[in-house]
Amino acid sequence: MAVETTNDGPRTSRGRKFDDEPVVIEARGVAKSFRLPVNKISSLKEQVTTLSRPGYRELRALRDVSFEVRRGEFFGIVGRNGSGKSTLLKVLASIYAADAGRVRMAGRLAPFIELGVGFNPELTARENVELNGVMMGLERRQARSRLGAVLEFAELEEFVDMKLKNYSSGMLVRLAFSVMIQSDAEILLIDEVLAVGDAAFQQKCADVFHEMRDSERTVILVTHDMSAVEQYCHRAMLLHDGEVRATGDPGEVARKYLRLNFEAAPSSGGDSLGEVADIVVEDAWLEDEDGKPVTNVEKGSAISFCAELEAKRDVDKPTFGFTFVNPDGVEVVGFGVPKEELPDRVSASQQIQIRSKIENRLAPGRYLVRCWIHRNRNLSDIVLYSPHILDFVVFGKDEAGVAFFETDVELELKGGERE
Amino acid sequence: MSAEAPAPARTLELREVRGPSATGGGSRRFFELLWLISATEFKKSFHGTAFGYLWSLIRPLMLFGVLLVVFTRIIRFDVANYPVLLLFNLVVFGLFQEGTGGAVGSVLAQEGIVRKTQFPRLVIPLSSVVVAFFTLALNLIAVFAFILIYGIDPMWTWLFLPVILVLVLVLTGGVSLLISALNVRFRDVAIIWTVVATVLMYGSPIIYPLNIIEPSFLRDVLLANPLTLIFEQARHWIIDPEAETALQAAGSWLNMLPAVAIYVVTCLLGIWVFKREAPKIAERL
Repeated sequence: MAVETTNDGPRTSRGRKFDDEPVVIEARGVAKSFRLPVNKISSLKEQVTTLSRPGYRELRALRDVSFEVRRGEFFGIVGRNGSGKSTLLKVLASIYAADAGRVRMAGRLAPFIELGVGFNPELTARENVELNGVMMGLERRQARSRLGAVLEFAELEEFVDMKLKNYSSGMLVRLAFSVMIQSDAEILLIDEVLAVGDAAFQQKCADVFHEMRDSERTVILVTHDMSAVEQYCHRAMLLHDGEVRATGDPGEVARKYLRLNFEAAPSSGGDSLGEVADIVVEDAWLEDEDGKPVTNVEKGSAISFCAELEAKRDVDKPTFGFTFVNPDGVEVVGFGVPKEELPDRVSASQQIQIRSKIENRLAPGRYLVRCWIHRNRNLSDIVLYSPHILDFVVFGKDEAGVAFFETDVELELKGGERE
Repeated sequence: MSAEAPAPARTLELREVRGPSATGGGSRRFFELLWLISATEFKKSFHGTAFGYLWSLIRPLMLFGVLLVVFTRIIRFDVANYPVLLLFNLVVFGLFQEGTGGAVGSVLAQEGIVRKTQFPRLVIPLSSVVVAFFTLALNLIAVFAFILIYGIDPMWTWLFLPVILVLVLVLTGGVSLLISALNVRFRDVAIIWTVVATVLMYGSPIIYPLNIIEPSFLRDVLLANPLTLIFEQARHWIIDPEAETALQAAGSWLNMLPAVAIYVVTCLLGIWVFKREAPKIAERL
């Protein structure tokens, strides 16, 4: 049994319609380039002798980016490192000036793109909350009157007169997040702030995000975390090399992002600098019992995990391993290609197809698939480690545990007063 | 992607986002931030050190002591009320020295704010000028106490003190904008500036009065320094009514022209350069 739809994930409900809402952010043909110095000056002597102006390389961080966001939308921007997401956010926040195109906005924007940047460690929480409030455009009196609410949300009432330099990093993040929430900015730009603080505070943040989803506030969230995109966003946009590759349904965009991720060099041990690994994952998918590709599977239904790899160079005695990881980072199951199946060598441009039938004992939830490839049957000689080649959801009735097992439980009552 | 809706039920007026600027974010926010940041910076100078604020008075006082010994015991200046003149000049020049000295590296030091928030950039160098002004205001109380103890009677020309302070303040602001913006591009500016500030101190009639210098090319050069005229006039108004006014020192209105031109050009250049550089500051850091 398999369902091939996109919006039956556990907590995704994209019921709201925004067509009638006014546009609050509009970007048209936004472009931004940076000039990067080419000559790397590595020694003092070189620095002294290189008197000529260093050459520059043009880095086109954004090219012709257009999109619009309507009021109340939770809009995700995803992309790999260096795809231009943060640059775009900085253009929206008036930190960078765009080279071309125009951005228009309606409503008050929170001027921070990172938590706690306006904080002064030498000042107390009280003074910082006021300073931050003024930065956000509040009057000083208004900013002061927010203090109570800010501290209450951050659970830091006792530390109001402590200098921030004596705060723990967790306390700082809580305070910063709380300041952001309590500002009455209508548009929030948020760059990777999820997963902050301890579990209890994270839950609180998650609640706030859910609340924001359903409020009039417009949120732009920049993240790598596809589960956050699918959980919170109404719409998402994929940036790649400074260009918009896709805009629309968050699930769809997340999948495109993942596909892009294994097209390019995977983040393996040796070649994180962008070289292509010796073997790359071309595609990975799940199939149900009938051999149909699926993205969501029902609890207990048998699945096959399939992957298509391609060797870019010759690799001797490769081994292939996969693990399914749940959202808590627990590797629930690991499996590899058995010894007798392993080739002695794969040569350049050879295709490798892997198909593994898996008894599905996975508890409901989201799973990521990781891939390891080693050479010479040596676990320390990594050819590829890719942390995220596929993700999928197992749906069904939730029970305790990370996996479930067929059990045969009996109960018998003995003794007692009854006749 | 959602299809183009025929006509959204409500439309809001969209404002153009013009990117970063020197004063971005409205004038009320600008002045509140300037005040708040200057005040907290100034308060910080009270905390953490045993003597707190006293240090900002002790520093000019120590320099004053040394110079006083040098110029009254070793090299003898025959100048009326020399000790009070010296102290007054040092404290007022402190505004220029500390204001510009704090401003030159301020934009670099506030990297986090500049790169990650939409912040009126102008606030950053100006706040160090305002802090220097707070210090000056406190120091002047001590200076005038000293002037009275020394035996100089209050004069109605003391009412011109604000004119002197505003003239120094505006120049300090203009120079601060210029060097803090340039320092983002050329980090050497901060290093050179400590030297330039020292040169300016000896190139202005601070530790000596202008009238001890014979008419010469050197005197003409000193006269082209706007600070020279300001300090000459201050001496006349505050310390010694017998002393030359700025006009008398220069000789004629025409001779004052170079200094006035340099003053105006420096201030305008500072504003122009800062405004031009402000949108690019975040990228250059």
